[in-house]
Amino acid sequence: MRVTIEVNGRRTEEEVEDRTLLVHHLRDTLGLTATNIGCDTTSCGACTVLVDGESVKSCTVLAAQADGAAVTTVEGLAEGETLHPVQQAFQDHHGLQCGFCTPGMIMAAVSLLEANPRPTREDVRTGLEGNLCRCTGYHNIVDAVVAASGQEVPR
Amino acid sequence: MGSMIGASVTRKEDPSLLTGRGSYVDDISPPGTVHMAFVRSPLAHAGIGNIDTKAALERTGVLGVWTAADLAGLPNSRSVPGMERPCLATGKVRFVGEPVAVVVASDRYLAADAAGDVDVDYEPLPACSTTDAALAPGAAPILDGLPGNVAMEQALAADDAEAELSAAAHRLQLQLVNQRCAPVPIEPTACLADWTARGLTLYLTTQAPHHMRNEIATMFGLPQQQVRLVAPDVGGGFGAKASFYPEFLLVSELSRRLGRPVKYIETRSENMMSMVHGRAQAQDIDVGFDDEGHIAALRVRITQDCGAWPDTTGVGLPMLTSFMSGGCYKIPKISPSFRSVVTNTTPVGSYRGAGRPEAAFLIERVMDRVADELGIDPLDVRRRNYIQPGEMPYATQFEGIVYDEANYPALLDRLLEKIDYQALRAEADRRRTDPNAKLLGIGFSTFVEMGGFGPTPLFEQFGFIGGWESANVRLNTDGSAVVSVGTSPHGQGHETAFSQVVSDVLSIPFDKITVLHGDTETVQEGVGTMGSRAMPVGGPAVFKAAGKVRDRAMRIAAHLLEADPDDLELVDGRFQVRGSPDSGIDLTEVAVKSLKPHLLPPDSDLGLADTAHHEPTNLSYPSGAHCCVVEVDRDTGRVDVVRYVAVDDCGKVINPLMARGQIHGGVAQGIAQALLEEVTYDEDGQLTTASVADYLVPSALDLPSYETDHQETLTSFNPLGAKGLGESGATAAPQAVVNAVVDALSHLGVRNIDMPCSPQRVWRAMRDAGSARPSEVST
Ligand code: FES
Ligand code: FES
Repeated sequence: MRVTIEVNGRRTEEEVEDRTLLVHHLRDTLGLTATNIGCDTTSCGACTVLVDGESVKSCTVLAAQADGAAVTTVEGLAEGETLHPVQQAFQDHHGLQCGFCTPGMIMAAVSLLEANPRPTREDVRTGLEGNLCRCTGYHNIVDAVVAASGQEVPR
Repeated sequence: MGSMIGASVTRKEDPSLLTGRGSYVDDISPPGTVHMAFVRSPLAHAGIGNIDTKAALERTGVLGVWTAADLAGLPNSRSVPGMERPCLATGKVRFVGEPVAVVVASDRYLAADAAGDVDVDYEPLPACSTTDAALAPGAAPILDGLPGNVAMEQALAADDAEAELSAAAHRLQLQLVNQRCAPVPIEPTACLADWTARGLTLYLTTQAPHHMRNEIATMFGLPQQQVRLVAPDVGGGFGAKASFYPEFLLVSELSRRLGRPVKYIETRSENMMSMVHGRAQAQDIDVGFDDEGHIAALRVRITQDCGAWPDTTGVGLPMLTSFMSGGCYKIPKISPSFRSVVTNTTPVGSYRGAGRPEAAFLIERVMDRVADELGIDPLDVRRRNYIQPGEMPYATQFEGIVYDEANYPALLDRLLEKIDYQALRAEADRRRTDPNAKLLGIGFSTFVEMGGFGPTPLFEQFGFIGGWESANVRLNTDGSAVVSVGTSPHGQGHETAFSQVVSDVLSIPFDKITVLHGDTETVQEGVGTMGSRAMPVGGPAVFKAAGKVRDRAMRIAAHLLEADPDDLELVDGRFQVRGSPDSGIDLTEVAVKSLKPHLLPPDSDLGLADTAHHEPTNLSYPSGAHCCVVEVDRDTGRVDVVRYVAVDDCGKVINPLMARGQIHGGVAQGIAQALLEEVTYDEDGQLTTASVADYLVPSALDLPSYETDHQETLTSFNPLGAKGLGESGATAAPQAVVNAVVDALSHLGVRNIDMPCSPQRVWRAMRDAGSARPSEVST
């Protein structure tokens, strides 16, 4: 079937199989490989993107279900050379190591801050519960998200 | 220019990873790439009968289906000599998930469909899912030619220490289990092979590209330069990506046969049964000690489950545990021995710490048990047994195992400055008498582990060409530098750390340095990243190569300035004559002139580039003192880590920001082992934790914030003074947590709880000790 999706502000129109997952559509059809796949049980959140502003695990959504929607991936966050504040905070606070969970983690964090602009550390932990990171132990990710909200991070 | 070594600079790696412009294996798809999928065994032990591939072959888009019979002549995967594993199960399957056939199709969905169409007849055999079952008299042999299922057996002391144990005033036995864990890097195994007339290019999720290149070239009988092995961005490894997997050979062979690039991307569920597991060790411990808690003798009998196919990285695990079983304590007699047992389970290999966390867990649990037995404080027992700073380097009773410079008592003192131990104790006591309060437990782990893996004679035993590491540093004529390193990062931040080293040695701005790694075509010979070796072994190679370049540049500068090289110094990117800073020349200008022979001293080599290798004289021994404070819910048995404080000594800290990150990640894995994670099989050998929905990888909600600090005792074993720290957190944390949990329940008579200390287990321990609330006691 034919699906039309606005991805990172640009209209895309492609022929896909009915069963194609959104994450495979982004990666394989559209060549946007930032969004990663870390599991097959909706557990890890590596594939998190925004669909019409809501954070969604793109491995659980068919491309067809996103027909007509606007999707944002981590490729669409930075303004030219300038990183998005969440991206910048992840760098400043060393919120990533191997980087594989990072695109999904950042999209989940962006969506979290949208809903809760001044989260506590506990809010951040709760909000990111669906996103697994095996490298960082989460401490620096929590720091980064708190910092991105403009709050002081204790050192 | 201030020193970059020791500065918390943010990472060079980040901008591309943060914007999604990293390049992991699955992000690479040359034109014409086709996809491989496996048919995996649903049974733990069975003879393979007929394999019907007809339906799969009939699907449009399927390029082929292969079984072991179709791949006769393909070499076995690298393993322990005499126990080499075929790429596809041959004759019988030995664990759930072992590949039986392989399919290639034009897209990944189709490949999965076709794999599902392959019909395999199995004749079930009795399965041994535990070492007990495999060791039972009459147990069916799993590997041909290995009747008792024991792959390796060794005693590391002349006798079993019975004399010393019997002579001791007190004697205590413990049975500990270091449960089987799954490494779960968030990126599963991925590989892409493109075999053309010019040779094979193989993109792999690996920690050791040069090693894999050597293995693959040998297996296919190819000259090494015809195999280009690339480890692009790799999404975590934790030791498990140091193993050689049969899929590496299969994608290569099928690319050769099909004349197209072949890609294999493991699913997470496959990963849980295919990637090596870690730990899987049972320990029988006997300890003798005096009235003050001085340990007189320690006997450790280890049973290592090595899974169905002993892995080269896995068979050495109990050996490392044996070497480290005395921890940071002076124990007159240690008598370790081990058996490595084949079972019908996923092979066991290295997982963050690989053999040393098992040792640290056992000796730190021993310390607490001895303290409990004598009714003295666990910290006093530790203090009475510490190897003292004046005794370093300290030769253990095991040949070649010599601890480098460290100060174990000072680590503990520094830790105690951060926590108010007396106040915590008082609070724990108070809560014991308040039935409405959660119980509080305080646990300690003062540990030493091994880092800086080498030297060559040791590393050869794991199949590597050497235990050294290499670096090449090249200074360009615009003043920028390129550093090629043989280590292969998968999250550790080598580009940043090695740039910091080169920046200091050559006085070049950090931003002008590029680090290359992970590609055998562009990087000289290398070994890889495992065993906390990047900074203590790779770092000195970088340091030496940069030093050679600086010395060369210095000689040229001296010639141009008509000065004695000994009179020159390198300050802010400029060679100048000591005492007369007006007379000097910029390093960049030297780089330009280094390519103009007529300006150089006679017989000079052109350019400013050099390679260095660093062969460590020995392993390094990172150490630390960690404290964990837990709360235990009396009603549910739920354990929460409320505080985690870590003081580590990894020698020289190159980048404190990244050092903290390494400790955080390791501690997280250690806490998770203590509280959540366990790979389980049922008695038929069915994996009951076959996805991350069943296997509890911790989320942000499961883990605390960490308080960290470093004490820098430089090692004399390498010129940087760095000991490595990638594995310290995972080595330290499990026993800090378990000691805390047992401490919380000790007044009830609880003396041990096996990992993971799940709510159920903890609740049961409380109930059995007679303390759970009556309403909760099941009848
Ligand atoms: S890949 Fe989507 S949740 Fe894991
Ligand atoms: S940074 Fe590696 S999984 Fe999060």
